[in-house]
Amino acid sequence: MTSSAIAVSGLRKAYKDKVVLDGIDLDVPAGTIFSLLGPNGAGKTTTVNVLTTLVKADGGTVRIAGHDAATQAKAVRAAIGVTGQFAAVDELLTGQENLRLMVDLSQVPTRDGGRVVAELLERFDLTDSAQKPVSSYSGGMRRKLDLAMTLVGNPRIIFLDEPTTGLDPRSRRTMWSIIRDLVADGVTIFLTTQYLEEADQLADRIAVLDQGRVVAQGTPDELKRQIPGTHVRLRFTTVAELDAAARVLTDSTRDDEALALRVPSDGGTASLRALLDRLDEYAITAEGFSVQTPDLDDVFLALTGTRTQEVSAK
Amino acid sequence: MSAKSHSIVMLRRNFKHIARNPTSVFNAVLMPIVIMLMFVYMFGDAFSVGVDYIDYATPGLMLLAVCYGLGATATAVNSDMTKGIINRFKVMHVSRGAVLTGHVVASVLTNLVAIAALVGVAFLLGFSPSASLLGWLGVIGVIVLLGFAAGWLTVALGLFAKSPETAGLASVPLVMLPFFSSAIVPADKMGPGLREFAQYQPFTPIIETLRGFLNGTPSSGDVIPALAWCVGIALVGYLWARSTFTKRA
Repeated sequence: MTSSAIAVSGLRKAYKDKVVLDGIDLDVPAGTIFSLLGPNGAGKTTTVNVLTTLVKADGGTVRIAGHDAATQAKAVRAAIGVTGQFAAVDELLTGQENLRLMVDLSQVPTRDGGRVVAELLERFDLTDSAQKPVSSYSGGMRRKLDLAMTLVGNPRIIFLDEPTTGLDPRSRRTMWSIIRDLVADGVTIFLTTQYLEEADQLADRIAVLDQGRVVAQGTPDELKRQIPGTHVRLRFTTVAELDAAARVLTDSTRDDEALALRVPSDGGTASLRALLDRLDEYAITAEGFSVQTPDLDDVFLALTGTRTQEVSAK
Repeated sequence: MSAKSHSIVMLRRNFKHIARNPTSVFNAVLMPIVIMLMFVYMFGDAFSVGVDYIDYATPGLMLLAVCYGLGATATAVNSDMTKGIINRFKVMHVSRGAVLTGHVVASVLTNLVAIAALVGVAFLLGFSPSASLLGWLGVIGVIVLLGFAAGWLTVALGLFAKSPETAGLASVPLVMLPFFSSAIVPADKMGPGLREFAQYQPFTPIIETLRGFLNGTPSSGDVIPALAWCVGIALVGYLWARSTFTKRA
């Protein structure tokens, strides 16, 4: 039987007269990864704050592991682990002391503490730096330590607020494989991200959040069907050239302002060669040429009709 | 686990911080001593306070020592708040006030260390109080109560401030206030306006209470307002800290 680890309905939150969350409904089955995708200021962190009992909602219900987040906050806190947007580690302590602090504050029996700390250090590849103060750690190491601290006490539902923002590509991949391992152990993960690729790589289901509303929800494949696929973008120097090319490439869409044409393509070498040959045949030269894969901006353009816009967070 | 054992875990964390970052304690311990040397040697003979200047000034400097420790507390609390450490504790199954209690207790203990050092130096400079054992216990009691009250107020300031810098700045009035009390010179020697301020501000009765205990003649006219101020400040500080702690995320 599958049960909901996280069930949210009609969630609302406003700060003074600014509406941050405007009626959010989410359902996350136990043992899956759910990703909340959205640009800065969409309300991702506020959602996490409400779901993790940090902030009280103005309306709607939130149930985490079957407990109401507003009235049974203690039971919720006992069931969850949270890694915030910025690594919340104690810089003056060593990695080992940070983990020990979490053990001392958790329900883990004291006699098991040393073993739990050693295992987590080992698992996150931090054993060599365990005795060094965290102030000397790199960004990737801090995030790993932060997540390791969250895992003390074995929470069954874990919230990760932009766990890879600001990490280099290698650390990001390490973080991804750690997250996959957690789900393999049956943990439920609620992840926020502003990277489409990250949601695509990890999530079983994605909800796209824009200005406090869920504008789309589904599996990564379902969402990708709603957004424009890979295409080739051709730029020209004159309107005459653009006109000529548009006549030849009948399935293209034109962008008169940028003197550009958008041609659907799979991005493979065979179809690209065919496209270039065709232009050559009609003696049309393009000034620029690029293969574009959909990014978060395209998702928003397709789903909301507006580009992602930076709204100041909070 | 109980609130008490969580608070002890947090206090242990604060001690580790102090051990790793001793500058803040040096500040809290050494600055009052430097000020003491300055006033006693440079200005002491110029003030006529009726008694040996060191005997007059030591109680006031004790209070100054309490206040000097507060800047470090405000900064430490604020850095916990702004770096997300407090949020981390808040979403854990941890008794809510433990992290704040840890800061307050660490602050009071720092105060006691600073005052012990200060009184030690005062004795070297010829400090000769006529307090009985009971008087000394009274002195310690007042200092712990004041440290506790000012500690909660400082924790509230630290939680409320936007950045560690503003938190440090917010504690400056507390550091300056003793100078505008009867700590350094008697209030009735100050100019009009300032004199009234010095007479009625909370630190003056507290200092006069300390003086009373050290001279062996505490007057209830000072002790009662001193206790009332301490309890009032503690209450305001505690309630403010608690509501900011709950609200700010």
